[in-house]
Amino acid sequence: MSLASQVSAVVSMNVKSIGQRFWPSVSTALAVALVVVVLLSFLAMANGFQKTMRGAGRDDIAIVLRAGSQAELNSGLTRDQVRLIGEGPGVVRDANGDAVISSELYLIVDGVKRDTGTKANLPLRGIGAAGAGLRDGLKIVEGRMFASGANELLVGRALQREFRGFDVGSTVRFGKTQWTVVGAFETGGTVFESEFWADLPVVQSLFNRGAAVQTVRAKMTSPEAVAQLKAYSDNDPRLKLDVVSENAYFADQASGTTNLIAKLGWPLAIAMAFGAIAGALNTMYSSVASRTREIATLRAIGYGGFPAFVGTLVESLVLAAIGGVIGAAAAFLFFDGLSAATLGASFTQVVFQFALTPALMLNGLILGMVIGLIGGLLPAMRAARIPIVAGLAER
Amino acid sequence: MSDTLIRLAGVEKSFVKGKEKISIFEHLDMTIPRGDFVAIMGPSGSGKTTLLNLLGGIDSPTAGEIQFAGERIDSHSERQLSKWRSDHVGFIFQFYNLMPMLNAAQNVELPLLLKPLSASQRKNNVAAALEVVSLSDRAKHFPREMSGGQQQRVAIARAIVSDPQMLLCDEPTGDLDRTVADEILGVLQLLNRELGKTIVMVTHDPAAARYAKRTLHLDKGKFVEREELAA
Repeated sequence: MSLASQVSAVVSMNVKSIGQRFWPSVSTALAVALVVVVLLSFLAMANGFQKTMRGAGRDDIAIVLRAGSQAELNSGLTRDQVRLIGEGPGVVRDANGDAVISSELYLIVDGVKRDTGTKANLPLRGIGAAGAGLRDGLKIVEGRMFASGANELLVGRALQREFRGFDVGSTVRFGKTQWTVVGAFETGGTVFESEFWADLPVVQSLFNRGAAVQTVRAKMTSPEAVAQLKAYSDNDPRLKLDVVSENAYFADQASGTTNLIAKLGWPLAIAMAFGAIAGALNTMYSSVASRTREIATLRAIGYGGFPAFVGTLVESLVLAAIGGVIGAAAAFLFFDGLSAATLGASFTQVVFQFALTPALMLNGLILGMVIGLIGGLLPAMRAARIPIVAGLAER
Repeated sequence: MSDTLIRLAGVEKSFVKGKEKISIFEHLDMTIPRGDFVAIMGPSGSGKTTLLNLLGGIDSPTAGEIQFAGERIDSHSERQLSKWRSDHVGFIFQFYNLMPMLNAAQNVELPLLLKPLSASQRKNNVAAALEVVSLSDRAKHFPREMSGGQQQRVAIARAIVSDPQMLLCDEPTGDLDRTVADEILGVLQLLNRELGKTIVMVTHDPAAARYAKRTLHLDKGKFVEREELAA
């Protein structure tokens, strides 16, 4: 009980004395806040990108690509291959007995970013009749669906937000082709919202692609049926194809960029954390120095060294916690929901929103507390070891 | 023997500075009876404060024995000394050494947090100690809101709140003007006479020393003259 009282009294004194060293304390808390903001901005970016990519995937839709092509842009399928996929096992059939599949052509067109005015690659996807029905949560939020056989575009909301000139009703030119934007759609913030959609035969015709398609999306009877289709493809020499579920495909597409962002964020934040630790050490050493006589007085009264150690450490942790909370709050205010675009695996822009979760914010707070712990440890040891006689002689 | 509270026998104190050994005391003997009020005077560097630190168990002798109520304290561990100080010694410093972030009552309460007392017991003891130094009405005031004399009264209340047998005062009036110094010395004299506290006071001030029952003069680590004065 006595030790607990001592510790609680000394901790309370330390915390109350923070105001006496207001500016050094503020600078330490802000240094921690800055580290937390940097880390959380990267983590929010990685998480947002991953969410955008993974949100697009369903496990009962199979994507079929040419073997080894890895991304839609590199793929190419023949008309025969498309027909054989439609005849494959586990593919859902409509009332007429036709396979629910969408042959798709994925092309790159130009767009200009609203904020920087720079050109960027944007994906134009020609989709088959069943294509729209294979996207979860598709909602046309403005205008209408493109008409079959017309030079009409449906534009993703995220793309429309980040790039200029794609308002509904506007006319756009891609190379020698001219298109009218007739509608805008949302798919719950997934990667599809970073695309233009148009009628597949029109895209094939205007871009001189003949009957070529790059991928087929097939609605499967169950998630397990994807494996059946893969086995069917592997056993047929005419089908040298990769068959994966849509969510596995997007998870793979997301992993490279997500890992890159996260692997950049942590080392940068940790490098900055060293600076913040130096700041915390400086503040806490000056705290101990300015309280030397107080600590020595308590020791003379009968207090042990341990309460002085804990008091100093807690003071440092309190400053770090204040910094961590400020940093997490600032990151949430400035970055959560922030829209950005980056190059995806198909060399086209993927528009995504920074997404901060409580778990990520906890990561930031933990890093902040680690800074406080390391920054307070040595000064706390010094506080515990202050010789009473020398401490009392301090003025 | 039962009247002897403190006994120093053959105490040596030295420290090494660079290659030089500096000796403060070479062979110091001293006896302080229970209920005494001793003033220790002497020039700067004579060892007054070092002697006070040895008596208070915050410094240890290089050799010799220090006994308190028949118990050797010079061989105590750091932890034992902390406990011993909290039980038996009250310190009063020249610059009060109050905690600036705590009010008067909280400052006075500090030694009681080392004891197994309830919050209400602590509150009662704090009120009683502040009453003794006539500062009941300043309990909620912070040190920065009080004069030097009031701060020293708070420090005295802190020193006596856990009812120690011995008060060690290091220049308790060194930072105060004459009038206030006399008030403080009057309080110490009262504590000695009425409550039977044994007081050892280091001072430069002969007027302050006159409040003590006797004065010891220390010079170059030795008592050079002893006067026994009736207060």
